[in-house]
Amino acid sequence: MVEFALPRNSRITPGKRVSNAKGAKRAKNFKIYRWNPEDGQNPHLDEFEIDLDKCGPMVLDALIHIKNDVDGTVAFRRSCREGICGSCAMNIDGVNTLACLKPIEEVKGDVAIYPLPHMKVVKDLVPDLNQVYAQYTSIKPWLQTQSATPPDRERLQSPEEREKLNGLYECILCFCCTTSCPSYWWNGDRYLGPAVLLQAYRWIADSRDEMTGERLDQLEDPFRLYRCHTIMNCTRTCPKGLNPAKAIAEIKKLMVERH
Amino acid sequence: MASTSSNPGLRTQLGRVRGLGSAKAGSQHWWMSRLTSIALIPLTLWFVFGALSIVGDGHAAAVAWLRSPFSAIMMILFVGVTFQHTASGIQVVLEDYVHNEWVKVAAIIAAKFLCFVLAVAGIFAVLKIAFGG
Repeated sequence: MVEFALPRNSRITPGKRVSNAKGAKRAKNFKIYRWNPEDGQNPHLDEFEIDLDKCGPMVLDALIHIKNDVDGTVAFRRSCREGICGSCAMNIDGVNTLACLKPIEEVKGDVAIYPLPHMKVVKDLVPDLNQVYAQYTSIKPWLQTQSATPPDRERLQSPEEREKLNGLYECILCFCCTTSCPSYWWNGDRYLGPAVLLQAYRWIADSRDEMTGERLDQLEDPFRLYRCHTIMNCTRTCPKGLNPAKAIAEIKKLMVERH
Repeated sequence: MASTSSNPGLRTQLGRVRGLGSAKAGSQHWWMSRLTSIALIPLTLWFVFGALSIVGDGHAAAVAWLRSPFSAIMMILFVGVTFQHTASGIQVVLEDYVHNEWVKVAAIIAAKFLCFVLAVAGIFAVLKIAFGG
């Protein structure tokens, strides 16, 4: 059956408390999930009190300040710090989002930060994304054609055809949606999840692609596609404001249309 | 599922994700769930209002109501569609939450058999009243 309680060695215990906000006018408490695969201990929640005047406005700025000036052992992924690389996806204040796009002042009280839910943890806030990347590879996320490319120009697409990719091409594969989906939590080994299905639809909807039927064949499966029960967590959590649930509904409509 | 995930061994992540491949099925099941739920809107409304209309009228009135061809046909449809929808819904719930392959398969078979038996019994009861003495 589904496990509703965490395994014994995953239960979170209280951690250390560090204050680095002496004389601060604007102090804020950050509670950060910590787990080190090498110390043999359960995960714990460390508290860091910091001075908001010593860092930038976003949660990622606070994490970088903590790592640089308070505790260098805190592990997290980050790269572009402007919401385009998708590296700093994590669960902040109970919602999956990008730390670089989440203003600290939007969080009332302490800022609780956990890794993306229900993924294996590599260390601290770094989740293991190997499975979702393999699922992304499995949908062949590239243009597939049989017709040869025109020798003198690119493959053409009308403005109307190009418009169908709006709301799809913007996905940065941060996997906030996939890891917010209960169906993915329970059946992630077989269900592709909202991010990968949105990407699959991005190629199905591309007028230049010639393998639409084969792509639908690969998705037509009770688990790969039909574990989506329109729970809508994906759409609610997407930090880019996209609608994976709608993309999945479009795939289901095409499945019925070709029957 | 058990065969693909319980003992990953040295298989690559992509090999595990591809698993046994697409079932090339599932759309029919999904579409039937939508169709039966649409059909159940008028059928359920008819049943509720019909049952309320004979409350307190006694056994003979209830039998007379069910004997009319319209009521009998609607009742058979209501029973049949209800159990078809129930069986398909229970199957989805079991697939979602039961992760032991054998338990899952056994539970789905049991649920489908039970729904089929109940549907046949319900339809037989309606026919007995409609045609019997």
